[in-house]
Amino acid sequence: MGATVAEKVLERHRIEGDVVPDRIIRCRVSLVLANDITAPLAIKSFKAMGAEEVFDRERVALVMDHFTPNKDIDSAEQVRGVREFAREMGVVNYFEGGQAGVEHALLPEIGLVGPGDVVIGADSHTCTYGGLGAFATGMGSTDIAAAMALGETWFKVPPTIRVEMTGKLPEWVGAKDLILKTIGEIGVAGALYKALEFGGEVADELDIEGRLTMANMAIEAGGKAGLFPADAKALEYAKAHGHAASEEIHPDPDAVYERVVRIDASSLAPQVACPHLPDNVKDVGEVDTRIDQAVIGSCTNGRITDLREAADVLRGRKAADGVRLVVIPATPAIWRQAMEEGLYEIFLDAGAVIGPPTCGPCLGGHMGILGAGEKAVATTNRNFKGRMGHLDSEVYLASPAVAAASAVTGRITNPADL
Amino acid sequence: MIFSGRAHKVGAHIDTDAIIPARFLVSTDPLELGKNCMEGLEPGWIQRIDEGDILVAGENFGCGSSREHAPLAILGAGIKVVVAHSFARIFYRNGFNMGLTLVEIGPEVEKIADGDRLQVDAANGAVIDETAGVEIAAKPVPPFMRDILDKGGLVEYVKARLAA
Repeated sequence: MGATVAEKVLERHRIEGDVVPDRIIRCRVSLVLANDITAPLAIKSFKAMGAEEVFDRERVALVMDHFTPNKDIDSAEQVRGVREFAREMGVVNYFEGGQAGVEHALLPEIGLVGPGDVVIGADSHTCTYGGLGAFATGMGSTDIAAAMALGETWFKVPPTIRVEMTGKLPEWVGAKDLILKTIGEIGVAGALYKALEFGGEVADELDIEGRLTMANMAIEAGGKAGLFPADAKALEYAKAHGHAASEEIHPDPDAVYERVVRIDASSLAPQVACPHLPDNVKDVGEVDTRIDQAVIGSCTNGRITDLREAADVLRGRKAADGVRLVVIPATPAIWRQAMEEGLYEIFLDAGAVIGPPTCGPCLGGHMGILGAGEKAVATTNRNFKGRMGHLDSEVYLASPAVAAASAVTGRITNPADL
Repeated sequence: MIFSGRAHKVGAHIDTDAIIPARFLVSTDPLELGKNCMEGLEPGWIQRIDEGDILVAGENFGCGSSREHAPLAILGAGIKVVVAHSFARIFYRNGFNMGLTLVEIGPEVEKIADGDRLQVDAANGAVIDETAGVEIAAKPVPPFMRDILDKGGLVEYVKARLAA
């Protein structure tokens, strides 16, 4: 019987148990991750476990990105605790200040994650690395503490849902629209305890940044992981970013899927997830809502291709009166690249505020919180009630092009209509 | 492990932002977090909760973030057990790791009304609604997870491994 991408990656790291859906296995991990919100709890558990050292100083990553640059004394104290722990343990991959970026954009960029890896992180969007053919999944802090101590974890092997994407993407339609459409089809609980495997000619055509965007939101369908095959493109990316992966990983032709979901890209319009769940997805033309804020950034869409896409729409245009346009490059390298390409001139001319790399407004942390009754369009990944601020505010999820076009008109807008 | 208490019902897809909004994540203290439990669902929700109440939820309870602060906030609010149609994956694991008992019963959750007196037998996988006079079978906990529970939770499990 053939294996899916998820099963093949898990098999490579298996210590004990059979890689068969719904069985429990023990697995070695390639990298263990936590951030400034989840690391403090992980450190507490790590110490309670009686652990005195991390399993491998080079395979623990601590990224201070959620409430940073620190927004208040409590968040500064949390980071201080993590910094001291990192020093004490000799953790090599500790990031703060000018080295830190949004974790899931940062780690692929510096080659800490790549094809064939098993990565666990105390952040639900750890599934992002599936864009490179890694089995990557979010867990809580105590599971992360156990893996920091032991270098292993346990998984229930997930059955796989195949997302087969065919056709050709129309102009202004891309990875974000494909994943929103997928979540709309599957539902927010449709992939509960399962892996999503993306394939088909559109998956092959997508660049790595687009694949990371899609894998990022697998959790929004309840998925444990979201994986693309580790093809030549993924290996080339890994090599260029200093990751050692060298072997392609494709699903077997006779791999067994629980279900196949088909998406026809050719007929796809830009998609918008309306409040208050990511599966409340509509064609952009069906949504005519005024907005107070547009946010372009996050681990979903804060990469350089996203900023270029937004700049293409904003070039020579201005944000509508009363609309706050917030642009947040996800890492220091993206920040610099955007500056060198002249994108900031376009954003500033459009009236944007450009922030430092941070998760900031995405989780309602800081730098773009919404007041009562306010509405935002955001390239982020969650639109739960009160996610970006007041319980009576609303978040609409969309691509960088739709967010930029909406900033210009002050209403949710298809960039093709500008 | 048998729990008895009053059912306190919430709906489907209750996310971790509803359970404990991001602005409260600058603490890791369960009692502190408990004061703001469900603040994202309904401000002041905690005022209606008595120690020992049983949270009863719809599909996909705990979806969203990996924040362990969510089960900690529920425990801090005085709730020891959650009965739901289904749980989001990360929350399910976190619950066990934190010592919050989770019982999954599928669509039969609809038989339980807000305020009903419940008896939850987590070990044998049964929920008895004394008010409605019905008994609902729960999905069994996977043996590996039961093993972790029997060892006293994940912290104790790792402690034993490290000492071996």
